[in-house]
Amino acid sequence: MLRFTVRRLAQTFFVLIALSIITFVIFNVIPNGDPALRLAGRTPNPAVVQQIREDFGFNDPLPTQYANLMEKTFKGELESYSNGTNVREELLRGLPNTASLVIGAAIIWVVLGVLFGILAAKYAGRIPDRLITIIGIVGISLPVFWVGALLLYYLTFKVSLFPPGGYTPLTEDPVQWLYHMILPWTTLSILFIGFYSRLLRSNILDTVNEDYVRTARAKGLSERRITTRHVLRNALIPIVTLFGLDFGAAFGGGAILTESIFNLQGVGQYAADSIGTLDLPPILGTVLYGAFFIVLLSALVDIAYAFLDPRIRLSG
Amino acid sequence: MAEALLTVEDLRVGFETDDGRVQAVDGVSFELREGEVLAIVGESGSGKSVTAQTIMGLTRSPNAAFEGRIGFEGEDLLNASQEQLRRVRGNEIAMIFQDPMTSLHPVYKLGWQIAEQIQAHEQVSKADARERATELLRRVGIPSPESRIDNYPHEFSGGMRQRAMIAMALANSPRILIADEPTTALDVTIQAQIISLIGDLRSELGSVILITHDLGVVAEIADRVLVMYGGMVVEQGTLEELFYNPQHPYTWGLLGSLARVDGVKPRRLPSIAGAPPSLIAPPKGCRFRTRCPHEFDRCAELPPLAARAGGTQIDRCWLSPQEKAAKRAVEGRIGLEATA
Amino acid sequence: MSVDGKPIGPGLSRKYLLGADRNGRDVAVRLLYGGRNSLLVGFGAALVTATLAVSLGLIAGYFRGWADRVISGVFDIIWSFPVLLLAIALGTALAIGGLDLGLFTIGGSSLWIPTLVIGLVYVPYLGRPIRGQVLSLREKEFVEAAIAQGMRPGRIMFSEILPNVTSTILVFGTLIIANNIITEAALSFLGAGIQSPAPSWGNLIGDGVDFLATAPHLAIVPGIAIVLTVLSLNVFGDGLRDALDPRAKVRLR
Repeated sequence: MLRFTVRRLAQTFFVLIALSIITFVIFNVIPNGDPALRLAGRTPNPAVVQQIREDFGFNDPLPTQYANLMEKTFKGELESYSNGTNVREELLRGLPNTASLVIGAAIIWVVLGVLFGILAAKYAGRIPDRLITIIGIVGISLPVFWVGALLLYYLTFKVSLFPPGGYTPLTEDPVQWLYHMILPWTTLSILFIGFYSRLLRSNILDTVNEDYVRTARAKGLSERRITTRHVLRNALIPIVTLFGLDFGAAFGGGAILTESIFNLQGVGQYAADSIGTLDLPPILGTVLYGAFFIVLLSALVDIAYAFLDPRIRLSG
Repeated sequence: MAEALLTVEDLRVGFETDDGRVQAVDGVSFELREGEVLAIVGESGSGKSVTAQTIMGLTRSPNAAFEGRIGFEGEDLLNASQEQLRRVRGNEIAMIFQDPMTSLHPVYKLGWQIAEQIQAHEQVSKADARERATELLRRVGIPSPESRIDNYPHEFSGGMRQRAMIAMALANSPRILIADEPTTALDVTIQAQIISLIGDLRSELGSVILITHDLGVVAEIADRVLVMYGGMVVEQGTLEELFYNPQHPYTWGLLGSLARVDGVKPRRLPSIAGAPPSLIAPPKGCRFRTRCPHEFDRCAELPPLAARAGGTQIDRCWLSPQEKAAKRAVEGRIGLEATA
Repeated sequence: MSVDGKPIGPGLSRKYLLGADRNGRDVAVRLLYGGRNSLLVGFGAALVTATLAVSLGLIAGYFRGWADRVISGVFDIIWSFPVLLLAIALGTALAIGGLDLGLFTIGGSSLWIPTLVIGLVYVPYLGRPIRGQVLSLREKEFVEAAIAQGMRPGRIMFSEILPNVTSTILVFGTLIIANNIITEAALSFLGAGIQSPAPSWGNLIGDGVDFLATAPHLAIVPGIAIVLTVLSLNVFGDGLRDALDPRAKVRLR
């Protein structure tokens, strides 16, 4: 366990460094990517451009620029090129919004995904199963942004059921918070509900054929106990794994589309806006932030896996 | 004669599949008496495992159809409710399976799994159940059970796992133990140990139904033998009757393919040529005629299961006992090969 | 956009099936051309993913050692990148600057950019399972037999191991195409995929969203085109998996 933790920490560190270098390179090597020219405005005056280059250190060799950027990142002093805002503060400001979206949607997609998965497996081949299978496969075929845009338009602008996007902090007004989150939660969870119910259904149908389930039945256990303790106990393991990875990705800014459509001002939207203006420091910040969550959650998934299945040993 | 503990009457089990209806068991009747070891012998697809699992209600599924009766303590297990069955399973009739590697739940400790068996039918505390689980493990010969009880199944060898399965089956002192190919997945030396363990435990086990394809195992501990082929019983008798005066050519083939240290050794160990019959479209008449070198015109009609040789023995072959005695003698031993 | 917030030109009509967009262009025609682009990118990117993932997975799983460490490391890095963020970042950066690799140059509005970007970010999703399978296949007797016969590694990989992972490639491949079409649409919707004026289902939706009040079909129709395409691919992939995976068949006991 200790070896595993140390190794994982080292691995995380290298992955984050590699990602920061890749991000830096992407935005420095591409032609016409000169940040000074963009900052100088529509009709750049060579003197102004030169001054900007000097001020932002764009004249330094690339490795120096990278080192400076990383130093600022670790000190929390990273600032946007375009408006000078502090990246760490912006991330912290967006975090509760993203957390509200992702945690709420995660609860919905896990509960409904597991419920539908169990129902479909229970009625395998019959009408409820067919229905859930169809809903599931349609669900995973929907483009999130399209569903979000249509929901927003028809339920908000046409019939005023919901507010037109935006975010109200939970601490400020819980009712408004809930009111603002319902559509984003629905939009984000549709895709995952489809995935989870389909995966769980096929896992359950595989597991019920296992010899150890036959043993459980031969022991004279109740069907309820066989289902919960013997079938679901194992069929849920891959769901836990998948959930860890999906949750990490969404929390790490993967909910860009949902956040942007509903104007939730979360981390994902911050990233999207920064990419739109090719503003390197916030992009670097959000990439590192997102990767951190992805790596963290995948380490947690490995630990959970070893905990849930004693046959797995964490290799150091 | 001891009274019958379990009676199976004209059992038929069919499964609907994409390719048609598989009649896995086609009219099987037998009884299991108090204290005896009854062996059911046959190759894969003979219906022996389906018969055994149907007794426990383990073959129930939407695409399965059942006919007949399985009498146990005045109840018909074939039509029993789920709750009636649940009370019988593990408690009155216990079962162990072919592959101990996959038959134990991989994520629970052994002690937990045995305690779960005990608590499924008896009101006992966790501590008492654990105590009894340790004792059971000791009885089936697992060394230092106090510590092994907290190990997971994957931390045991195949033989030890089968011992643990037996311990679990003994937990509620059932009246019948069904052992479905208990040694097939094990190494030869381990097989012998498991069989001798079942032999040692005979007094506690009550009656045993031993499902196997291995006549060597049968010879060790069985009292009576049922030979199945293509979903039907083709021969039934005591161990002595079957081994020394086998009536059905299929039994000759099984005996002929057995390596024996006594008697005449064949030049090479023969096997029964051909494949088991299709259970979707079985051959008309005698099911074995497609593989039988002694087939003649009467075989087109299915022979009834009848006493032809005297004693308790019954069989499904039209030949007379005299013809059988002549035809089964191959180079001084019993075999299926037609002598030129 | 005209003054009353409606698209220029005709609306839904018999002659111009889906009417015109904000610039007066025929939407039905753009839908078809957009479909071509979306499908090209979807299939092309899947081809990129499959080629890279299969060759890297084969090499890593077969040679193990340092080759495996390097390749797995690359997979880990791409895997840890927030995928959509990476794709948007790459797409935006390249769309502005194009890509100049010395030997050949890719213009900013080339279809190659979204194709390569999407193809690249999903490499680990196929590469990891392939590597895992190859690792275990390598221990199988038939591979040892091939090695003992003195067969060269390249030949073992392609004629002994590759055929055994084709079902994984096919099943994953279908699902990846479906996923790519959605990803491309999302990128184009955000302006980081296929670049205007070239149409794609994604940027048709992006344009149409502005007209939801006056001409909702502009956003709805390309969305339905995506859903139907992706749905068919997913259904096909499901069927393929059931056909290729013997475990999926109903088993008798």
